[in-house]
Amino acid sequence: MREIRPAAYDSKIEGNIIFTRLDAALNWVRKNSLWPMPMGLACCAIELMATAASRFDIARFGAEVMRFSPRQCDVMIVAGTVTYKMALAVKRIYEQMPEPKWVIAMGACASTGGMYRSYAVLQGIDQLLPVDVYVSGCPPRPEALLEGLMKLQEKISGEPSLRLQKPALAKRLSEALV
Amino acid sequence: MTGPEVLNSLSGLFGAKLLAQSEFRGETTYTIRAADLREVAQFCRDDISFDYLIDITSVDNFGEEPRFEIVYELYSMTLAIHLRLKLQVSEDAGAVDTVSDIWPTANWHEREIFDMMGIKFTGHPDLRRILMWDGYPYFPLRKEFPLEGLPSEMPDVAFCEAAPMEGGPFVTRPSTATTKDREPRARPPEL
Repeated sequence: MREIRPAAYDSKIEGNIIFTRLDAALNWVRKNSLWPMPMGLACCAIELMATAASRFDIARFGAEVMRFSPRQCDVMIVAGTVTYKMALAVKRIYEQMPEPKWVIAMGACASTGGMYRSYAVLQGIDQLLPVDVYVSGCPPRPEALLEGLMKLQEKISGEPSLRLQKPALAKRLSEALV
Repeated sequence: MTGPEVLNSLSGLFGAKLLAQSEFRGETTYTIRAADLREVAQFCRDDISFDYLIDITSVDNFGEEPRFEIVYELYSMTLAIHLRLKLQVSEDAGAVDTVSDIWPTANWHEREIFDMMGIKFTGHPDLRRILMWDGYPYFPLRKEFPLEGLPSEMPDVAFCEAAPMEGGPFVTRPSTATTKDREPRARPPEL
């Protein structure tokens, strides 16, 4: 696998100068301070709390700032069974999050409906939201959620951020540089 | 008054209104008419100390007439005895008098029965759905309602689809056979 090196240090230039791409710098900043929206709906939320607590310490990955206002969040962790009654509330909270935003579906229920083949349970949050990472388990161990978070960081570091979020600016820049 | 005396006073006063009586493990069950419910309930609470309504449940005897059965589980804090009141409701009537002014706890129990079984409670102060959302068109605990659900659409409130049922339905088969035969996991998917 090709190693992704976001920055290169040039020893010939004195002082604190590094060369990088704008996308890489943006992504590096973003992926190391993901603020999660803890969408705790069932027992997975207990494991989510354990992930945030001292033994597993999600702060090691820069995602310790759980915000209960969607307007301050980057990644929604859907932890638990999404009932149809709750589904549109989850979607509404997702829509209140500012771009760029990501979604982790934590556990079997959030991913597929899990063991609830029922009239009352949404069969996977991906029917409503674009999910970036699915974490298996019922509930997943905190290590599994951390692995999912690291996968999301990997995904973010490969995103063409400028083209995704500022398409007009990216076009103007590329035209100016030609 | 002791437990048996209390129940004797009940059967003495309401004699003809108690359609049937049964005993199981020291707990008494009376079957009454739906029309007599409030009178009997008021007497049970005020005069013979059944101050605690544990639960109200409903049964769907699909294919029988009357179709529904409602069960009131009463408990007396002072005498420490249980009393069960059953009454039958036909699908056409579809309504029972509320007891939420006699035992306030009945408020949510009756809402749940309305939500799941579709039986109305006349005189209830706030008869809305409690588990499903307002506007949901079905009553999920009725026997003719499929386990996987039916699709519905309520713009900006909720929607739902039928759940996939490959290998299902995932229900335990009622029998005296071994666990291997009873459990849904042990059943081959084509059955």
